[in-house]
Amino acid sequence: MNLTFLDFEQPIAELEAKIEELRLLSSESAIDITEEIQRLQARSKDLTESVFASLTPWQISRLARHPQRPYTLDYVKRMCTEFHELHGDRAFGDDPAIVCGLAQLDGRAVALIGHQKGRNTQENLQRNFAMPRPEGYRKAMRLMHLAEKFGLPLLTFIDTPGAFPGIDAEERGQSEAIARNLLVMAGLRTPIIATVIGEGGSGGALAIGVADRVLMLEYGTYSVISPEGCASILWKSSDMAEKAAEAMGMTSKRLLELGLIDEIIPEPLGGAHRGIEEMAARLKTVLIDQLTALSALDLDALLGKRYDRLMAIGHVKDGK
Amino acid sequence: MATSDWGMDWFKKLLPSRIRTDGTGKRVVPEGLWTNCPACKAVLYQAELERNANVCPKCDHHMRIGARRRIDLFLDPEPRTEIGDSVEPVDFLRFKDTKRYKDRLSQAQKATDESDALVVMAGRIQGRPVVTCAFEFEFMGGSMGSVVGEKIARQFERAVAHRRPAIMFCASGGARMQEGVLSLMQMAKTSAARSRLREARVPYLSILLHPTTGGVAASVAMLGDVIIAEPDALIGFAGPRVIEQTIRQQLPPGFQRSEFLLEHGMVDLVVSRTDLKKTIERTLRWFARGRDPSRQTGLVGDVVDIPATD
Repeated sequence: MNLTFLDFEQPIAELEAKIEELRLLSSESAIDITEEIQRLQARSKDLTESVFASLTPWQISRLARHPQRPYTLDYVKRMCTEFHELHGDRAFGDDPAIVCGLAQLDGRAVALIGHQKGRNTQENLQRNFAMPRPEGYRKAMRLMHLAEKFGLPLLTFIDTPGAFPGIDAEERGQSEAIARNLLVMAGLRTPIIATVIGEGGSGGALAIGVADRVLMLEYGTYSVISPEGCASILWKSSDMAEKAAEAMGMTSKRLLELGLIDEIIPEPLGGAHRGIEEMAARLKTVLIDQLTALSALDLDALLGKRYDRLMAIGHVKDGK
Repeated sequence: MATSDWGMDWFKKLLPSRIRTDGTGKRVVPEGLWTNCPACKAVLYQAELERNANVCPKCDHHMRIGARRRIDLFLDPEPRTEIGDSVEPVDFLRFKDTKRYKDRLSQAQKATDESDALVVMAGRIQGRPVVTCAFEFEFMGGSMGSVVGEKIARQFERAVAHRRPAIMFCASGGARMQEGVLSLMQMAKTSAARSRLREARVPYLSILLHPTTGGVAASVAMLGDVIIAEPDALIGFAGPRVIEQTIRQQLPPGFQRSEFLLEHGMVDLVVSRTDLKKTIERTLRWFARGRDPSRQTGLVGDVVDIPATD
């Protein structure tokens, strides 16, 4: 797979192109340029390190939506020894924007729910760019109830621009479907771990995101609205997206500071797409650790903590 | 003079007959005595409009009313206890778009005389104890930030502790962007607080007013045991403009209005503001009958009678 570089990665892209050129050259010619290639590779690594050491929130939001970013099933395939997908909301249809199923992780049986983006246009049309409709959230709710009923811990993976804003979605009660999941997850009697793997877009993300532990990949984002949406409402221009990304505090670092997430999972140099295997292995390790910790808790204590945690969210001044 | 005579005839036709008088042209009309219906443009006598709960007597248009006026319309005058009135907003992100959030807050506080976009009040509806809240739409579009979330949580916790039905009058554009992802998380917070009402089997009625959209619609607003909408209110997850831009299609007439939601099974009732109190009281009465211990339904324990002022 050829890497796709974002605009702020252009110097790295140019260097990588040069390395590729030299490689081709070296296979054709008799001159040994291995040393030169190694030198350039080291420079490319240094350059990547320096670019990634000081990413702006806007650049991070671009990475979270990188076309080569690993999606839910990319991780599931690598982390789980078995995955059995389940379909449908039993009321209207099956929504491919959300995948659900039973899986085995490190010998444990778990239930999984995740947004699923498509890798190309055809897949994206089928999966609606991971923008779920009510039937997607209701399918997820079925899985939540199954997880509770049969004592399976629930793992969710968040990666969506948001719930789908369409006529049919509204007709079938998009608001109700999201609201219902928030209610169900708040009181679900099984451990829940939510991980933001890419884009955590608004209510459409939160609808599978109420959890005992919220984890975030380093270059994931979580926000009340997309930077573009925020800019077009507050600045009346989507060109101000970069500013909006700064203002909203949507990066993993900022969310950890605000106490809204529990842990940041570091990404390989250059982002998760530059080392999917490594990323999946790191994610797996963290999930297993968190699962072990949560499983040790008594269910009533777990539910009490989940409630207290939710009630503590917010910054207010109380005069009394 | 012909022109002005014609003008008066036109004016007289719009007046309700009982306030129509002769020779009004020369009387001095105090400012604020008359008002125009924004929907049918009828000229209305302010006092009569208020007696009709700010519903146009000509075309039934439900005009927007403030949170305190809303509470006044539904709660008995006495006793009342305001809840969470000491909670105030903080600009913890130091958010600035074309204006500072701090400035937007003080501007809204000045304009509405409220500290934020929600008023919570314990009181009674025709003698029946309830804990109610109303959104103040004029305060930054009734948007839900930390203060609104906290006050809703306190309302619900109080409702559970005192076993009193909770009633919410929703009018909100959604989450307050100026508080970033914390505003989003208020959806989870308020829904979690609502789950405690469910466990305690304390009724929660959600009344949807114009408009109820975004993060508020997609959390507490749609989680009422019974959901009632005022006529012609805009209710939905995504705003109509966003949907139009996304799908590049014109929206069907009446889309996302109360009657549309009723037709699609998303609300229980569409009730005119003037009948709303009666409907709420009746619903609560029915739920209270169900938990009467003498009927041995086995669902809930004793109903504790707690004075409304505690």
